[in-house]
Order: sequence, then C-alpha cells, then structure tokens
Amino acid sequence: MDSRAPNPIPPAAPVAAAAAAHEQPAPTLQPGLVIDRFRLEEKLHVGGMAHLWRVSEVNHAGDSRLPLIMKVPRIKGGEDPATIVGFEVEQMIMPMLAGAHVPKFIAKGDFTRQPYIVMERIEGPSLRPRLEHAPLALDEVIEIGSRVATALHDLHRQHLVHLDIKPSNIMFRPDGTAVLVDFGLSRHDHLPDLLEEEFALPMGTGPYMSPEQVQFVRHDPRSDLFALGVMLYHFTTGERPFGSPDSVSGLRRRLWLDPVPPRALRADCPPWLQEVILKCLEVKPERRYQSAAQLALDLQNPTQVALTRRAERMQKSGTLRNFKRWFFALGAEPAPTHTKASEQLDRSPIILAAVDVDNAAPELLDKLRESVRRIVLAEPGARLACASVMKIARIGMDDLVDEDGRSRHVQQLVGLKHWARPISKGLNLDDGRLTFHVLEAPDVATAIVEFARRNQVDHIVMGARGASGLRRYLGSVSSQVVAESDCSVTVVRAAVPLPPADEPG
Amino acid sequence: MKTALLSDLHANREAVQAVIDHARTAGAARWVLLGDFVGYGADPAWVVDTVRDLVRDGAIAVQGNHDLAVVRGASPHMRPEPRFVIDWTRAQLSAAQIDFLASLPMSQVSGDHLYVHANAWDPAGWDYIQGRLEAVRSLQATRCRYTFCGHMHEPRLYHLSGTGKAGDFTPTPGVAIPVPPHRQWLVVPGSAGQPRDGNPAACYAMFDDADASITYHRVPYDHDTARDKMLAAALPQRLAHRLEDGQ
Repeated sequence: MDSRAPNPIPPAAPVAAAAAAHEQPAPTLQPGLVIDRFRLEEKLHVGGMAHLWRVSEVNHAGDSRLPLIMKVPRIKGGEDPATIVGFEVEQMIMPMLAGAHVPKFIAKGDFTRQPYIVMERIEGPSLRPRLEHAPLALDEVIEIGSRVATALHDLHRQHLVHLDIKPSNIMFRPDGTAVLVDFGLSRHDHLPDLLEEEFALPMGTGPYMSPEQVQFVRHDPRSDLFALGVMLYHFTTGERPFGSPDSVSGLRRRLWLDPVPPRALRADCPPWLQEVILKCLEVKPERRYQSAAQLALDLQNPTQVALTRRAERMQKSGTLRNFKRWFFALGAEPAPTHTKASEQLDRSPIILAAVDVDNAAPELLDKLRESVRRIVLAEPGARLACASVMKIARIGMDDLVDEDGRSRHVQQLVGLKHWARPISKGLNLDDGRLTFHVLEAPDVATAIVEFARRNQVDHIVMGARGASGLRRYLGSVSSQVVAESDCSVTVVRAAVPLPPADEPG
Repeated sequence: MKTALLSDLHANREAVQAVIDHARTAGAARWVLLGDFVGYGADPAWVVDTVRDLVRDGAIAVQGNHDLAVVRGASPHMRPEPRFVIDWTRAQLSAAQIDFLASLPMSQVSGDHLYVHANAWDPAGWDYIQGRLEAVRSLQATRCRYTFCGHMHEPRLYHLSGTGKAGDFTPTPGVAIPVPPHRQWLVVPGSAGQPRDGNPAACYAMFDDADASITYHRVPYDHDTARDKMLAAALPQRLAHRLEDGQ
C-alpha cells in the first residue's frame, strides 16, 4: 500500500490501471495481467461480492512458495457499500491473523489503485456442498463441530469475532484442520469497526445470525457459537432451525421461537448431541457455551456432557411459552457494552487439574485440590477438567481392553471423582462445568500436554512429585509439562518437613 | 518512514524524555510536536529547548493554547491557578525561548497531512474534538486525508468514509492500525505530559507511511519525580498529584 502519493497516479501497463472506489468500474482483469508483483493465472470463482483468481508471484516463479489466490472486490457503479466496506474490513483484519485456522495473508492492494487481497489458497471445496447431503452421519457432524469449534477458539483468542460462520466460509486443510475464511463482516477488538455505523440493517447471513447480531451487537464471540449451532442442527437434521428469513421481522422471530428439537426430526440423534446443539442455540449468550473450547471439549467427550431438560425435549415450546418469550423480547434490546472478544474468553477458561490419584501423597492431593478450588472460584465462567493418566505399555495395546484394564480405568475415574467432590459440592459445579477424563498413554507428561493442547486448555494445575527417590529415578513429570505445554502451568507442592539439621561437627 | 507524533507535553521532562527514547528505539525518523509544550509541569525550559532542537533538525511543531498563553502572559481575568502557572512558567523561560513559542504556526500542512493543536475548522478558537460530531466537522474543514491534533488528552482515532459515515475508536497500545488513504482519519495521540484516561503512562503515536498505519503507544515513566518537582516548585498540588494515576 502506498500512502505517499496524495493524488494517486495510474501506473503504467501491464499493471492494472487506477480504479478509485467510487469513480469507475474495475479494469478488465484477464489472465496474464500483472498487478503489483502478482500475475493472474485463472479465474476460479465469481462471487456476489468478489472474484477469486489463482495468481503466481512473478519474482518467485518455480520455487516452493504457497499456492496463492487473489480476491478482488466487485466494484460496479453506485453499488451497495457493503461490498466496499466489507472488503476494507477484510483488508484490515487479515494481516492481523495468524495460524493454521486462517489462510496465510500475503499482500493487499490499495483502494486508490486496484484493491485486492492475496492469500494462501486452501485447496478443496468448502463445507457448503455437504449441506446438500444433510442429514449427515452423526460421526461426521460431531467431527465437523469439533474441528470448527477448535478453529473458532483460536480466532477468538486472536481478538476476532467472525460473525459470518456458515458452511461456505469453512474449508479444511489436508490434515483435517478447519480453516475459516471471509472476514468481511468480522470484528477485531484492536481495529476500528468500520461496519458499526455503516448500515441500518442487521449484518450477517440470515439463517445463521445470532439473536444479538439481529440486535446490532457485534462484539460477542458467543455469536459464532450460535451460528455453529445452526450448522450442526442443519447437518444433523437436514433442516434449518430458523429457516431462511429475508426480513428483519423474520430474523427477529428467533428471539422468541425455539427450533424443533433435533431428536424429533432424527430418531438416532443422541440426547447429548441435542443438549450440545440446543445449548449453542440459546437466545441469551450467557446460556450458551461460554467459549468455543468449552463446546469442543463436550463434542470430544460425549460421556461427560451434563444432560439437562434440553436433552429430553421432543417438541417445540407451547404457544403460551412462546407468547411470554415474544412479550419479553419486545423492546428488550441488549444494553450497549464495550466488552471485547478476548475478555469473554478470559472469563471462560478451561482449567485442567492433572491428578495422580494412585500415587500422590494425601497432603499433596489436599493441597492440589485447594489450589484448584481457588482458581475455579476466581473465574465464575471457568470449566474444570479433572484428568488422571493411566500408564500403559507402548506395545501390547490389547491389554487395554481386557477386564483388568477396564477395571483400572473405572477405578481411576472413581478416585478422580472422589478427589474432586469437595470442589464440585463447594462451588456447585453441577451444570456441566466439571468433567472427568482418564487418559491412557505410555508417557504421563506427554498425555497431559496433548490433552491440554487438543482441548485448548488455558491453565494446567498439577502436583509435583515429592522429594523422593521416585523423582530422582523417573524424572519430574511436572517439569516436562511446564517445558512442553502451550498454556500456563501451576505446579503445586505440599509442604515437606525439613530434614533434621546436621549435627555440628 | 516512521513519524513520531507527540502532543500536550506540558513541561513534563521525565515523560517527554521517556517518549523520545521509546520513539527513537521504535525507529522514528521524523518528529511532529502538536503543541502545549508548557503549562502544568516543572521543566518548561528543558521541554522548550528539546522541541527547539528537534525543529532545528527538521521536526514540525505547532502552537498550543498553553504556549500562546505563556507568550502573551497572564491576564487579570484568569482564575488564580492558571495565572500562577503562567507567571511561574514565564519566569523560567528566556526571551529566546518565549520567542520560539511565539514563532510557532497554528497549523501546518505536509503532503496530505494536517498538523494542528485543537481542530481544523478554527485552530485559534481552541474548541475541543470531544466526539464524532466535532471530528467530522474538523475532517470536513480540510482536504487532507490525515489530521493529527492534540488538545484532547485521551488517545482516540476517528474516521470518515467517502459516503459520510464516521466512526471513532479507542486504540489498543502497541497495535498497528491500518489507516488507508481512501478514508479520512483524525488521530489524537493523547497527552505525553498529562495523560488523563486513568493510565499514568505517557502517550504518543507513530505513523508509518510505508504501510499507512498508525500505532498508539503508552510509555511508563518516572511520574513520582515529575510530581515531586512540581511540588518543590510550589506548582498547584492538584496538578502534581493527578500525574500519579493519570486522572
């Protein structure tokens, strides 16, 4: 981008000629044209808002750089400013994002010349074509949900609310990692929200828009969880929970009308999955999952989902209840707040208590429990995952499934629940905020680190092995976890009586 | 090239030194000083000399209302507190230093940048840009894409689109915000010498014309020393103590 020239001058051919946003239509783009350092190779897609071109970087021909696409906004005369502003927003946001869950940003072109974004090309189709095959196998629905939730949490951690989550904006890398695209409606905590003042109508895609988005709230990451809930509902049942409204009054119906429970449309939908989907679709954000990581945790651990009346429902709410909800939704606009996406996440961490129920000394288990209790107490939105690791041999995995293995597993689970009981009772953690996991792995530290990574845990709390011979021979699990994990780690140590001082010689 | 933008230095040597050190480390190649070099603080002579040295080396500086008040001298109609500060400040400055303040322009244009202490529609009227309304009025009063002004002590960023839609934003320190030139932007870096948004760290902003971005910075400095010097000089206690928590 070149801001030095106050009066932009069209550069010489073959570079694209000037096209100021409001003056004239974009120049004819054709294969072979070079824009800045990118050569247009092939038009891949003509969308309502933008064209996509496969491009190559002229100075890097033949080396192993990423496959690239160029996104060029459609600028026709006197058009809906959403196209322009949305593209501006995307140009501002994409360079701020990093990691596997977004296409890598390469370059952008100035609006005073030729606006474009060049980014990594993600191969393969979006999730959009899978909608035509809905209802999908439950395993696939759960897999999609878990992968997208993981990607969403990563973006929320980067201070972004996507605000247009839908199948056509979701792609996958060859290893299955979900990649979210199209940030034209997104909002970043650290950037001015150019869309906030721009439009008089709610912004989003009708079927997926959260109730608060309908009411012009644009900073809540839980809006993305609502949209993901709509997607999971559709993939599970083959139907949209709120249809495809095309008017504001149609959009507002989701403020009081609840969807048909998925189990009423699909008999083999398990109660836990209905619980998860309907929790995502709660009207009030505070009744949904409080973070995408908490949703992913449930999708990956179905047996740990706390079932409520949501899981049991087999029909929509009655007329009276709908009337009540409609009545209270009238004029109940959310109060303006200035919370940021990252603050919502900070309030809703996942805490992992790694507990060696079999071997740790009772003093250490007490001390660990007290430390965990205080951390959970300080964070009312926190979820607590209690885990122990059952060591298994590297080979001879079939031992696992024998009766002995199963009973060891159950025994550890019983021990964990017993350990956590004072916390769950004291803090009233019965609403699905507490889960138990027995991990089976040959290496304890690796199992803890990988569980934490997979479930986007924010904070690991674990005990240190005492100053015993055991640590000398086996090494310290906690120091390995501290060294290898991506998140905060608190290592708890029980007070050990000092050894008697040496006799003076 | 990076341009450091400082405003409302207010004779606070400790803050100004910390900001200049930070900006040099961050690669500042040009300097713009948006007025109010004196008033409040205990080191007017040092701050004026520092600004004069920067201007001699190519910096742009504009005059603020406090600078003008010191040039003109206190009037009998003023409240006792500002009258005392102005008299005290004049006594600290040499004739040459006062002449330098008197010689500063009210505003300056460089390319598509406008530098002015208070606003673009009436720089000498010293009206504040308190919100979007005033920001739009100021942006409509200039053809420049970028306006940089002081006077308001809280860091803020305003923008105006070609279709007349305006927005405002409280920047996050240290994050480069793209400010592409097809919109108009109004940058208030915040006060270096008298921060007032509840954060005592000194404010400044850095404009990078390589990628058209603006980064707001907060620089912690030794405000206890700045306060103690004000108290030792018998400057108003209220003005000294507000440095502690940036109120």
